[in-house]
Amino acid sequence: MPVTTINSRDIHVDDEGFLTEYDEWDEELGKVLATNIGIDLTDEHWAVIRFLRDDYKTQGETATIRRVTTLSGVPTKQLFVLFPKKPAKKMAYVAGLPKPHGCV
Amino acid sequence: MTDTTTRTSVVPNFDDDTETDRKLAIICSKGNLDMAYPGLILANAALGEGIETHLFFTFWGFDMITKSRMNDLKFSPVGNTAMHMPMGDVRVPQALAPIPGMQPMATKMMKKQIADLGVPEVPDFLEQIVASGGHLWACRMSADMMKLDESDLYDGVEAIINASDFIEKTNGAQLLFI
Repeated sequence: MPVTTINSRDIHVDDEGFLTEYDEWDEELGKVLATNIGIDLTDEHWAVIRFLRDDYKTQGETATIRRVTTLSGVPTKQLFVLFPKKPAKKMAYVAGLPKPHGCV
Repeated sequence: MTDTTTRTSVVPNFDDDTETDRKLAIICSKGNLDMAYPGLILANAALGEGIETHLFFTFWGFDMITKSRMNDLKFSPVGNTAMHMPMGDVRVPQALAPIPGMQPMATKMMKKQIADLGVPEVPDFLEQIVASGGHLWACRMSADMMKLDESDLYDGVEAIINASDFIEKTNGAQLLFI
């Protein structure tokens, strides 16, 4: 398992760079991850990220776009605006979670 | 697992800084519940990867976008020798497949299994595809055969177009026929 240094901290990631340890993430780190992929976080982004974090804690897996839209109320269209082109993977990355494994 | 340690920052490559011209076109020609889903799932997955996606609904696939039918697609075990119960390998003998009640039961069971996975029903799924930037097209010949016009079709359908229009719109696309 690769270890990378973000914000002068050692962070465990998978081969692609997604965080593997839920507890190594905090909001400061989330900001750095977002900057890494060219996203400036707004309150709207944070609402999605906090939903993903909370949902993962109870479900044990990363929410899909469908789940985020249904449960957090952020429309799918808006997710594509907030996290352009590949929202599911980008939200997961910024939230320090694995890529969602569901198909839908 | 081998431990590799790297001190450089590992950032996922989302491959989206370069404009991709990858395009996907899916022709949906079936109106059975089980055959409606492959096209929808693949379209949704492609859109989630930032790929321009077009769906063309033709013949029985037209039922997927016809308002009066889209909520009520059926699944039948008739002629499907691979069909078995959700758990285990219990198969329905083909001689029993056409008996009254079998189709509604099989449809209900499949709908439940799909819902249990958090996968939406056909109209909701189309809505999600449109919200994700997907394009829905209806086949001119099918509309004429079934005597339907745009008012009969799901609102997210952009237009009724003919085969040549579709071929033109999907220039350079990868194509799937379902």
